[in-house]
Amino acid sequence: MTFWEVFLQQLFNGLLIGAFYGLVAIGYSMVYGIIKLLNFAHGDIYMTGAFTGLIMLGFISAGIANPWLAIVISLVLSMVLVGLFGVAIQRVAYRPMLKAPRLSILITALAVSMIIYNAVLLLTQGQARPFRTGLTGESFYLGALRLTETRVVLLVAALVLMFLLHMFITRTMYGKAMRAIALDRDTCQLMGINVYKIIAVTFFVGSSLAAAAGMFAGVYYGTVHFFMGFLIGLKAFTAAVIGGIGIIPGAMLGGLLLGLLESFATQIPGVGTVWKDVFSFVFLILFLIFKPTGILGRIESERM
Amino acid sequence: MALLEIKDLTLRFGGLCAVNKLSLEIEQGSIRSLIGPNGAGKTCVFNCLTGFYKPSEGEMFFNGESITKNKPHLITEKGMARTFQNLRLFKQMTVLENVMSGMHCRTKAGFIGAVLRNSFQKSEEKIIREVAEECLDFVGILDKKYYIAKNLPYGDQRRVEWARALATQPQLLLLDEPAAGLNKEEKARLIDLMRRIRDERKITVFLIEHDMGLVMKVSEKIFVIDYGLKIAEGTAQEVRDNPRVIEAYLGKEEKEDAV
Amino acid sequence: MKYKKITTQISEILISRFDKFFSNKINLTSTLILAVAFLIFIPMVGSRFTQEIMTNMFFYIVVCLGLNIIVGFAGLLHLGYAAFIAVGAYATGILSAVYGINFWITLPFSVFAAIIAGLAIGSPTLRLRGDYLAIVTLGFGEIVRITLRNIDITGGAIGLIGIERPVIFGIVLNQISHFYYMFFILAILAIFVSYRLHDSRIGRAWQYIREDEDAASAMGINVVTARLYAFIIGSSFGALAGSFYAAKMTAISPESFMFLHSVMFLLAVVLGGMGKIPGVVLGAVIVTLFPELSRDVGQYRMIIFAVVLLLLMLYRPQGIWPEKRLSSTKE
Repeated sequence: MTFWEVFLQQLFNGLLIGAFYGLVAIGYSMVYGIIKLLNFAHGDIYMTGAFTGLIMLGFISAGIANPWLAIVISLVLSMVLVGLFGVAIQRVAYRPMLKAPRLSILITALAVSMIIYNAVLLLTQGQARPFRTGLTGESFYLGALRLTETRVVLLVAALVLMFLLHMFITRTMYGKAMRAIALDRDTCQLMGINVYKIIAVTFFVGSSLAAAAGMFAGVYYGTVHFFMGFLIGLKAFTAAVIGGIGIIPGAMLGGLLLGLLESFATQIPGVGTVWKDVFSFVFLILFLIFKPTGILGRIESERM
Repeated sequence: MALLEIKDLTLRFGGLCAVNKLSLEIEQGSIRSLIGPNGAGKTCVFNCLTGFYKPSEGEMFFNGESITKNKPHLITEKGMARTFQNLRLFKQMTVLENVMSGMHCRTKAGFIGAVLRNSFQKSEEKIIREVAEECLDFVGILDKKYYIAKNLPYGDQRRVEWARALATQPQLLLLDEPAAGLNKEEKARLIDLMRRIRDERKITVFLIEHDMGLVMKVSEKIFVIDYGLKIAEGTAQEVRDNPRVIEAYLGKEEKEDAV
Repeated sequence: MKYKKITTQISEILISRFDKFFSNKINLTSTLILAVAFLIFIPMVGSRFTQEIMTNMFFYIVVCLGLNIIVGFAGLLHLGYAAFIAVGAYATGILSAVYGINFWITLPFSVFAAIIAGLAIGSPTLRLRGDYLAIVTLGFGEIVRITLRNIDITGGAIGLIGIERPVIFGIVLNQISHFYYMFFILAILAIFVSYRLHDSRIGRAWQYIREDEDAASAMGINVVTARLYAFIIGSSFGALAGSFYAAKMTAISPESFMFLHSVMFLLAVVLGGMGKIPGVVLGAVIVTLFPELSRDVGQYRMIIFAVVLLLLMLYRPQGIWPEKRLSSTKE
C-alpha cells in the first residue's frame, strides 16, 4: 500500500475507533461532571451493552430477516435496558455514598465494576462469544480508501448519537440542569431542582451511550468477551482527560483524538499494535503533566 | 518597609469583579482591620493573600518578597498564617494534635527520623509539643488539650483555631471574622488576646470583621472596601465619619428595604 | 431493614467486647507473646502445606501494610499495587538471574526502581485531584503487564527463571521454613515501621491532609509532597516484598502480578479498616486464609469478594476493626 492509502486507512480507522471511545468517554465525563466520581464500572457497562446487544440480536434475528433492521431494534432495546441498569446501579451503590468521603465512593465504584466483570466472566465461563450479525462485510473503495458498508454505517451512527447527545445537553432542561448541578449541587437542591432525578437521568444517558458503543464494537470486531470493558475504561478516561474532564464536547473530541493517535501510532516503527496501549498511557501522563485541564478545559477556581 | 504590601490587586470570576485594584500597606507591629458590607470581597482578599485564589491582576509583597504566585503552604512558611471564617479544624483529632500541625513547616524530620527515632527527631517532637502547648496556654485552653476537637463548644473551637495559627510562628496573622458567633465576654477576651499577640509576641494582626464595635476598639487603622474597591482608609474616627463609608453601609440597607 | 439493625448490633457488641479485652495492656502483651511463640513454633511441627499458606499470609501482611500507607494513611486510591511488587520482583529477578548479582545487593536496586516508578506516575498525578491517581495506577498496572510480556529480558510471557536463592551467614535459603521465618520477620518489620510512621511528624501530616486538605495547606503542609512521600514509601514496601517473593519462587511471570491481585490487596486494607494497622493485618489474614477454608467456592471467590467490598462500603466503611477512642498522643 502506498503511504497515502495507509494514511487514509488509519485516518478512517482512527475516527471509527475514536467515535467508540468518544461515546464511552461522554458517559464517563457526564458522571464525573455531575457527582465528581470516576465511575470504574462504566467500562463494564460498555461490555454489558455488547452482550445485551448480542442477546437481543439473537432473539430479534429469529423474527426479522433484514440484518440492519434487526441490529437497529436490538440496539435500541439494548440501550434502554442497559440505561436502566445504569440507573439501578447508581441507586443501589452510588446514591447512598454521595455524602461520603471521596475515597469511599471510588472504592464502591471499583466493587461494582468487579461484580459486573466477574458475573459476566462466570456466565460466559471466560469464553469470547462471536457476534453474528448476518451482514456481508463486503468491501468497496472510496478513492484510495477501502471500506465496508458496515464500517461506514457504524461511524455515521456513532456520530449521529454524539450529535443527538449534544442537542440533549444544550437544548433540553435536563441538559441545563445537569450543567447546573455540576457547578453547585447544594444550591440546585435549594432551587427546587430534583437533583437525584437528574443524576439518574445522567446515568441513563451515559450508560445507554456506552451500551451503544459496546454493541458497535461487537459488530465491528465480530466478537465480545468479558474483558473488553477493562481496557475501554482506561481509554475513556484518557479521552476524557485529553478533551477536558467534565466537559462533554471535550469527551467527544478527546475520543476522536485518541482514536486517531492510536491508529497512527500503530504505524510508527517499533510501536505497532502491541505497544499502542503503552503509547496511549504515556500520552495520558504527558497530558497530565502539561495540560491537566485538557484541550477544552479551564482551571476551576477554588471556593473557600 | 511595610510588612505586607498589596498593589492593584484584582480578582475576577467570569464577568464579576470581586476585588478591584486594591492597594494597601500594613506595617509591622500593628493591628489593622478590613471592613465592608457583605459581599464586598473581604474574604476574597484573604484568599488571594494566602494563595488559595490566583489574582487576575496585581501583586502582593511580604517582607519585600513577592508572594503573588505562591501556594498556601509556602506563604505560611514565609510567616503569614490565617484562620478561617467557618472554622476548619481537624475535627476528629485532639486539640493538641490540631495545634501541633502549625509546627510542621518549622520542623524537618522525615522517614528516617520517624522509623529510627533518633535524637534529632526526638528533640524536634519535644519542641513541637512545647510550642503547641505554649500556644494553647496563651489562648487559655491548655486544660482541654486531649479533647477531640469536634466535641468542644464553639468558642473553644475558635480558640483552638487561633492557637493553631499562632503555632506556625507567624509574623503576620490574618484573622477571618474571628468574632463571629462569640458572645460579649468572649469578644472582650478576643480583643485582649489580639493586643497580647501584638505586644507580647510581636505579631502583626490583620483582621476581617463585621462587628463594628470590636473593630473600632482594637484597630489602629481600618481599610474599608465595597464592591471590591477600597473606599476609605484611616483611624476609627476618620472612617466613622467618612460619608462614603456611611453610604456604603446605609445605602446597601436602603436597597434591601426597597425590595 | 430489621436484619441490618440486628446484625449491626451483634457485631457492635462483639467488637466492643473484643476491644475491651485488648485495652488492658497485660491482656494485649500476653496475647501477642503467645501468638508470636505459636507462630515461631509452626515450622517445627506444621506440614509443608501449612507453612506455604502461612508464608503467603506474611507476604500479604507486608504488602497490605505497604498499600495501607498509601490508601489508609494518605487517603489515596491505588489500583496498581501489584505492578510495584512486580517492579521489585523483576528488578531482583533480572539482576539475579541474568547478571548473577547477589540477592541482598539487588534490594537497593529494587527500592530504587520503585522510587523511580513512583515519581514518574506520582508527580504529575498527585498535583491534581486524588481520583486521577486511581486510574493512572490502574493504567500503570496494565502497562507493566504488557511490558513484562513483551520484552525479552523479562522472559516474556513465560517469565523469568533461574533466580538465585539468597545466602545468609553461609546458609542457602531454600527450605520453606527458611522463607517462613524470612517473611515472618519482614511482617514484624512492616508492622513496626508502620507504627513508627503513623506516630510521627509525617504520619500526622497525612492525617491532617485526610481530615482537611486545604486547612493542612494553610498550616504550611505541602500536600503534594506529603502525598508523594506516602506513595513512594508505600511502593518501596511492595517492591521489597516483591524481591523476596522472587527469591522464594526462583521463577516469576507476569501472571502473578495482575489487576486482580491489586484488588485483593485493596480489599484486605479496606476490610481491616483503612489506616488501622492491626485491622489491616487482620484483613490480610482473612483474605489469605478465606480461600483455603472454602476451597469449593473456587471460581466464585472473586465475585464474593467484590460483593463483600460493596457491602463494606455501604454499611461499614470504617472496616471491621474498632475505632480507637483516644488518639496516639495521650501520655
